[in-house]
Amino acid sequence: MPVNTEAVGRAYGPHEPYEVTRVKIREFADAVDAYSFAHRSEEAARAEGFPDVVAPTTFAVVIAQQAEFHVVVDPEVGVDFSRVVHADERFAHHRPIIAGDLISATVHIDDIKQRGGISTVTTRTELTDEDGSPVSTVISTLAVREEA
Amino acid sequence: MSAENRPSFAGLEVGQVVAEREVAFSRDSLVRYAGASGDFNPIHYNDAFAESVGLPGVIAHGMLTMGTAASVVEEWAGPGNIVDLQTRFARPIPVPAMGEAEVAITAKVGALDAEATTARIDILVEFEGQKILAKAQAVVACA
Repeated sequence: MPVNTEAVGRAYGPHEPYEVTRVKIREFADAVDAYSFAHRSEEAARAEGFPDVVAPTTFAVVIAQQAEFHVVVDPEVGVDFSRVVHADERFAHHRPIIAGDLISATVHIDDIKQRGGISTVTTRTELTDEDGSPVSTVISTLAVREEA
Repeated sequence: MSAENRPSFAGLEVGQVVAEREVAFSRDSLVRYAGASGDFNPIHYNDAFAESVGLPGVIAHGMLTMGTAASVVEEWAGPGNIVDLQTRFARPIPVPAMGEAEVAITAKVGALDAEATTARIDILVEFEGQKILAKAQAVVACA
C-alpha cells in the first residue's frame, strides 16, 4: 500500500509529557559513547553551568521517535514500518535537555514524496518544556521502500 | 547551552581537525542502543527479519551512528554546545553476528561565523572506505 500524500499537514499530540531522568540520560550517554561526566553527575554538570545532568546531543530522538510513532501507526498515512529506513535527521536545539525536564512533543507531517519505488515522509517534532518554551525541533525523514 | 564550557572561537581555522575517534559497533552496541533509545525495529537485531525486507543482514541504527558522531564532536565542543546537528544516512553499516564493524569518525572545522561566534563542524564517518553519513554537520556555539 502506498503512503497517502494527502496526510501532509496532519499533527499529532501533545500526548503525556516525557519525564527526563538522570538514569535515562546516563543510559543513553553510555549507548552513544558520550564520555562527559556532565551526563552522569549532577556535580560535574553544575561545574559546567547546568542546573542538573545534561543530555547528549541526540537524546531528543528518544522523545521525538515516540511522537513520530503516531505517524507510523496511523492507518490513514499508510507507512509499512517493516519497510522503513531512516533517510535524514536534523536537530535544532533551542536549549539543552536537562534531568527533571517534562517535555511535550507535537509531531507535524511536513512533506510526503513518492518517486520510483520509494516514498519519503518528513516529520517535524516540536519539543517544549513545562512553561511551553521551545526546547528542540527534530526533523526526520523516513524512506519507505515499496514492495517490489 | 552554558557559557562556562564553550570552546574558544579564537584560533580555530577552517580545515582543522578538532576531534577524531575509531569506534567498533558490535551486536552488543546495537542492543544497548535499542534499549537506550526505544528503537526496537528488528532490522537492528534479527538477521532473518532484515533479509526478509531486502537488507543484507542486521544494520546499525542510523541514529547510533549519528549519536556517536555527535559524541566525538561533543568531546571537543563540551556538552550542550552543539546547537544544530544534521545528516543524511547515505549507507547502512552491516554489523556481523560475531565480531565488529570498525568505523572511523573525523570532525573538522567546515566554516566559521565570527558574528554568531559559531563553528560549523563537518563530520566524516567512514566504514570500509565509504562515507556512511552525507552532509553531516554540527553547529557549535563557541566563546
